[in-house]
Amino acid sequence: MMNENVEQHNAHGGFPWKHVIGLILSLALTLIALWIVVSYSFSTTFTLASIIILAIFQALIQLLFFMHLNESKSRVWQIIAIGFGFFTAATVVVGSLWIMAYSL
Amino acid sequence: MIADIKAFLSDFLVLGDPLIYGADISIVLSMVAIVFVLSYFKKWKWLWKEWLTTIDAKKIGIMYIIAALLMLFRGGIDALLMRSQITFPNEGFLDSQHYNEIFTTHGTIMILFMAMPFIVGMMNVAVPLQIGARDVAFPYLNALSFWLFFVGAMLFNLSFVIGGSPDAGWTSYTPLAGAKLDPGPGENYYLIGLQLAGIGTLATGVNFMATILKMRAPGMTLFKMPMFTWSSLITSLIIVFAFPVLTVALALLTIDRLFGAHFFTIASGGSPMMWANLFWIWGHPEVYIVILPAFGIFSEVISTFSHKKLFGYKAMVWSMVLISALSFVVWLHHFFTMGNTAAVNSVFSISTMAIAIPTGVKIFNWLFTLNKGRIEFSTAMLWALAFIPNFLIGGLTGVMLAIAPADYQYHNSYFLVAHFHSVLIGGTVFGMFAALHYWWPKMFGHVLNEKLGKISFWIFMVSFNICFLPMYFVGLMGMTRRMYTYPEGLGWMPLNVVITIGAFGMGIGFIVMVYNIYWSARYGKRDKTGDPWGGRTLEWATTSPAVEYNFAHIPKVETADAFLHMKEKGTTGQISKAPFKPIHMPNNSGKPFIQAWLMFFAGFGLVFEWYWLAIPAAAATMLVMAFRSFEYHDHHYIPVEEIERTESATGRLN
Amino acid sequence: MSSVASNQSNKPYEPLEYSTEDGRLRILGFWIFLGAEIVLFSCLFATYLVVHSHTAGGPTSKELYDVKEFMIETFLLLISSFTCGLGTHELRRHNAKGIIIWLIITLLLGLGFIYMEVNEFVKYATEEGATVGRSAFLSGFFVLVGTHGAHVSLGILWMTSIIIQLAKRGVTAVTARKVFIVGLYWHFLDVVWIFIFTAVYLTGMVL
Ligand code: HEM
Ligand SMILES: [Cu+2]
Repeated sequence: MMNENVEQHNAHGGFPWKHVIGLILSLALTLIALWIVVSYSFSTTFTLASIIILAIFQALIQLLFFMHLNESKSRVWQIIAIGFGFFTAATVVVGSLWIMAYSL
Repeated sequence: MIADIKAFLSDFLVLGDPLIYGADISIVLSMVAIVFVLSYFKKWKWLWKEWLTTIDAKKIGIMYIIAALLMLFRGGIDALLMRSQITFPNEGFLDSQHYNEIFTTHGTIMILFMAMPFIVGMMNVAVPLQIGARDVAFPYLNALSFWLFFVGAMLFNLSFVIGGSPDAGWTSYTPLAGAKLDPGPGENYYLIGLQLAGIGTLATGVNFMATILKMRAPGMTLFKMPMFTWSSLITSLIIVFAFPVLTVALALLTIDRLFGAHFFTIASGGSPMMWANLFWIWGHPEVYIVILPAFGIFSEVISTFSHKKLFGYKAMVWSMVLISALSFVVWLHHFFTMGNTAAVNSVFSISTMAIAIPTGVKIFNWLFTLNKGRIEFSTAMLWALAFIPNFLIGGLTGVMLAIAPADYQYHNSYFLVAHFHSVLIGGTVFGMFAALHYWWPKMFGHVLNEKLGKISFWIFMVSFNICFLPMYFVGLMGMTRRMYTYPEGLGWMPLNVVITIGAFGMGIGFIVMVYNIYWSARYGKRDKTGDPWGGRTLEWATTSPAVEYNFAHIPKVETADAFLHMKEKGTTGQISKAPFKPIHMPNNSGKPFIQAWLMFFAGFGLVFEWYWLAIPAAAATMLVMAFRSFEYHDHHYIPVEEIERTESATGRLN
Repeated sequence: MSSVASNQSNKPYEPLEYSTEDGRLRILGFWIFLGAEIVLFSCLFATYLVVHSHTAGGPTSKELYDVKEFMIETFLLLISSFTCGLGTHELRRHNAKGIIIWLIITLLLGLGFIYMEVNEFVKYATEEGATVGRSAFLSGFFVLVGTHGAHVSLGILWMTSIIIQLAKRGVTAVTARKVFIVGLYWHFLDVVWIFIFTAVYLTGMVL
């Protein structure tokens, strides 16, 4: 991944490599996820697990390549805010599914 | 035609109940009185310029606190009505419907419209001063937060006289609260009123996180922050991640009720338990939202009046951090009895007990702070000292409730009612009263009378125990929560009589406190020093009340208890020392007020499903936001001459 | 290229949107708000997943979802996130015109997405009898996907207003901050969509 120095050079001109790579990666991951599903050649568990992992990678790509999550002086707080958000989100989704499992 | 109008009015206005006619009359009378007084003293302009359009956190804080006291009054009246009804067996003072409405409004108002604004008010009053900032990070948003809370509270209270109050409990469980079993505007008021206030609170959380993280005075590292600021930071964090859950839960039930969706219905595959699930995912963190700031206040008060450094500062902080995460993983303990698997109940039972550990750590830290301190029994300190045993009772009974199998016995009994009042009153309310006495001089420039303060403390605190300790026992005897009457011959009457006596005693204690506020405003000792208690933190470094810009020079911080350190070094004069530089301040604005009232009308339209009102009002709200986006001149500089004038008026400029 | 005073060479490079205290505060504040939005959407996801099988005899996800449609929607949003990122890239070069062009392209892609989504909803409702009130599953579907759609629509209005402000005022510390923040919002909606794509559409094909 590109470090901040590269980013700074980019900022003063040059080709937006970071964004192009981000786009290519996200398109690729999307297509892989689609393929895993429509090929119907994997078990349900594997299919679901792998597309969820791919989605998490996609989210990281957006956060790091497009949203500059880890720049600025308050990057620690930004990362904590998003991290705590994902922690709570995971708790809500997994917890609710587990608690409501009797009715799924 | 006339019949139509009559039919409409009898739906719209709540008719046929003397209590409500009384309320109608007193509302109209007080409105007339307010308008008259404002006009007679030509105060309209003053009201608009100084209060309604203010974006100064100190003033916003005061408005929050006034609103909270009013709501405490309303919620307290509700409580006394309930207690009057269930003192003796088979009373007919309130019927069941009326009783349902009253415990619903009591609970909702006390949590959302009393505890929350009290806390947020204290944060507004104290946090910017404690960290040596001139205001919060987003003053305009702060005003909007307040007005959203305010109109949310107004909308909720309006239900009493227009359309009828909600009646499904403050938890508003489905399917009871769904459109099928509870038609009419009552529950809509609950949903929309809370929605507006909740959005305001969410914005407050964002605001104070940014403020505390980024606007501390130079040198004030995180671990040199006052403990109340720490607790406000953690509280804001919990608000930011818990309140969206409430937003969604309320929105989904609103969509169910207004647009015929099936999230929580019984028909068409809805899942009523999902409401309880979502409600408590927010609800449990919410109880930490209302208790942590009180913990922060107790830390300040105990340290100040023991004349000692807070014991175990780091342990205090880390236990709060731990609580912030744990508070999100315990919510199921509110519905152990819904009949989930043993595995689910055990996990949540254990996580709930785990949260008692950091809380216990804090109790010991306060005790060790007191240990060998030079204790001064001021009123604020009395509230803090009384908190420790009273909260402990609530905490220990909480651990009892956390034992899932035992909870099948305690659940929804008066044992539970006693438990949560022990923590809510013994913790939050005592904390807010301590803060009220402690920061009163900072807000208004005079101290509250200590003698009256102590009288009200003793009356309230003793009555509190007379009221709530017997509830544990009557609960174990089988009396359940939310029952509007009970039959003879169960042996419950003696305890119930005692409980009611205690409840009225608390009312008297509150009246003495209000009288103290009035008395002290007229005759109370003025605070010329800005530091009436021998304070340790920066809010005492400036004048009482603080000047508009808080500090002429932003103080430099070297240690925790920064002001104490400045006093020891003799550098307190630095804050008001010439030469000054112009100070950058945001402009006042009427837009938050206007936007909030537009949202009030949009909400009112939704309550009655009047889309002709809701849609235009919502569109107008968007317009105000757009205007705001195009506004570029929203700040000004206070010139040096004005700072000199202000500072010499306070006598600080030599 | 450097129409606005650039940073002094001896100072470390600092983008314009971070150059004022106000800008730094608002950017951090917006990140915190996005943290809250993550939780907001997670509740909608949780609800949708809980009621996913509660179709009450109405249409199921397998019957409704159409691969071609949701793939086009996905590509529109993914590419719009990229073009929006290029807007931020031009922002770092203080090139107002470049920003405006990329933002307008982003807007058009966003409008295309909304057009597709509205069509999809209308088709479900008219051809399959799938409405919010039909079943718990459909309530969950329409509210989750609809909330995202409402966010995108709001983003379109917001971005339009910022383009106007940018055209009027050029790249300043204030407009730079606004462009940066609306960009964050837009990318964030893409993140949400990725999860809708995964947990709603793809999962709906499997389960
Ligand atoms: C004067 C002091 C108070 C008295 C005498 C009092 C009395 C009561 C009583 C009798 C009930 C339950 C009635 C029933 O279930 O039938 C109740 C419920 C409740 N109270 Fe209080 N209360 C007081 C203060 C407070 C405060 C300060 C709070 C919160 C900060 C609070 C929060 C609640 C809540 C959340 C409920 C549950 C409502 C429901 O069941 O939906 N109360 N109170
Ligand atoms: Cu709880």
